[in-house]
Amino acid sequence: MLHPEPHPAEVVLLTRRFRLPDSASIGTYLATEGYQAFRKALAMTPEEIIEEVKKSNLRGRGGAGFPTGLKWSFVPRNSPKPKYVVANADEGEPGTCKDRLLMQYDPHSLLEGMLIAARAVDARAGYIYIRGEYRYLIEILDRAIEEARRHGLLGRNILGSGMDFDIYTHSGAGSYECGEETALLESLEGKRGVPRLRPPFPATSGAFGCPTVLNNVETFCSVPPIILRGGLAFAGLGTPKNGGTRLFAISGHVNRPGVYELPMGFNLLRMIHEVAGGVRGGRKLKAVIPGGSSCPVLRAEECDLPMDFDSLARAGSMLGSGGVIVMDETTCMVKAAARILRFYARESCGFCTPCREGTQWLAQVLTRLERGHGQRGDVEVVRDVARNMLGRTFCPLGDAAAMPALSFIEKFRDEFEAHLEGRPCAAEEVALHA
Amino acid sequence: MKFSEQTEARLARLIESRPPGHLRSALVPMLLFIQDEVGAITPEVVEEVCQRLGVSRRDVEEVVSYYSMLRRKPAGRYHIQICTNISCMLVGGAELFEHACRKLGIGHHGVTEDGMFSLEEVECIGACCWGPAMQVNYDYHHHVTPEVFDRLIEQLRDNGGKARER
Repeated sequence: MLHPEPHPAEVVLLTRRFRLPDSASIGTYLATEGYQAFRKALAMTPEEIIEEVKKSNLRGRGGAGFPTGLKWSFVPRNSPKPKYVVANADEGEPGTCKDRLLMQYDPHSLLEGMLIAARAVDARAGYIYIRGEYRYLIEILDRAIEEARRHGLLGRNILGSGMDFDIYTHSGAGSYECGEETALLESLEGKRGVPRLRPPFPATSGAFGCPTVLNNVETFCSVPPIILRGGLAFAGLGTPKNGGTRLFAISGHVNRPGVYELPMGFNLLRMIHEVAGGVRGGRKLKAVIPGGSSCPVLRAEECDLPMDFDSLARAGSMLGSGGVIVMDETTCMVKAAARILRFYARESCGFCTPCREGTQWLAQVLTRLERGHGQRGDVEVVRDVARNMLGRTFCPLGDAAAMPALSFIEKFRDEFEAHLEGRPCAAEEVALHA
Repeated sequence: MKFSEQTEARLARLIESRPPGHLRSALVPMLLFIQDEVGAITPEVVEEVCQRLGVSRRDVEEVVSYYSMLRRKPAGRYHIQICTNISCMLVGGAELFEHACRKLGIGHHGVTEDGMFSLEEVECIGACCWGPAMQVNYDYHHHVTPEVFDRLIEQLRDNGGKARER
């Protein structure tokens, strides 16, 4: 899954152990500054830890991009309830496969990030919620947890500091919705993955009704370097308000697909043409979904932009989970949109009506357009349904479905019309002239 | 019901790691771990889980009906899960799934008559950069062309047949 060497443009911080022999073992971890950040954090006050994370401009790597330090500061440390730390390892956003590598090649960095978070909020237990399909990672993480316990880094009176904290793995069983943080907590408590009303947010009422720090795997893995080298050093790697590096998973029609660690704000076109080796077969770039399938699609001519949360928002899309899906000129955009919407229809938990009904409508209408059975007005139906879902569903899954639907029909309307009228669409034109 | 030593150890660890008073929290992984051994969530499994966790049948049934990996009937010895979501689709995932249907003579959620293979078209499995991708049981296979698929199937059929003779 790894290229033999990192690309010269990569800044290897979170991935720096990936190519070491036995990289997942505690021996390798300890030999490469492992648990040094946690030792440093033990000598810091919780306020100092949170301040350092705030200074780093680290923003949530799961997709929403919420400032991590701020999230931690919302946990009421004086609450008499126990506090929990939960890692979201329910990686499921189509186009995203980075957390899998972090857990496979460097599981201890996740444990260390969780330990530091636990220190910052005085938590007593941590859970790693892993999607059921990632079974082999449970074995790897359980082994890492056992190693950490043997080294006195988990359990009672950690390193003689008086701190008690342990980490456990927890498996899902097939559900995209459980990547949404409150649905994940429901699942962790043994229920269907149906989201909860927010507020209260997990910081005040999360796992088992207790204050909870809940972050993505990559977010936790970013914490040890922040504590070790200082928040400002991490912030300096990226762009204003977008600190550090990010693991971008570049998939689709490129010559060298893969997961690359690049500074926040790295140019998207450079990412495709230089880092991922360009569009396969020397074909023309047509479109890019910049941050996982829920992000609005960009036309090729919109792709000359820095990949950070704010630049993507200004471009009308999102950085999301960093899954860069590249499509060349042979791609039928109707087919792509229909496939993405079938996914959301299948994964909607069905709890709220606009999402349950809306995703089904979008999937059905787009599928019949794709297959040449479209009816007059279908493109308007897609637009109306999607617009009426936006902001009206109980959790973000409805928006995640509506946004790609809207952007595909707005930016590639011709192709939808062609399918409706039985003309060859742009992708078929390319194929005809090839 | 009594499970293998390995499964029992896993279930024991799961129960130990729950906060006091929150035994139900073990439900989802417990069902999956038991299914891995038994092959399906049978009525006996539901009953067993109710007893072990002190939850009602309804609590268990509503969870079983929600999660896509939990099933009521056993899959084949080799459960083939092919991703056709966007990243895999762009590099031939849908064609791979169609090929698999023809090769095995079954469709989505089908099981071959000899019980050797079952097939499922699945959503993103987190192998987007290495597509077309699939899982056979829990094992990942990357860059799966129809030729690679056919070779793997022959190999599995061979292994499965031998295991059955033993």
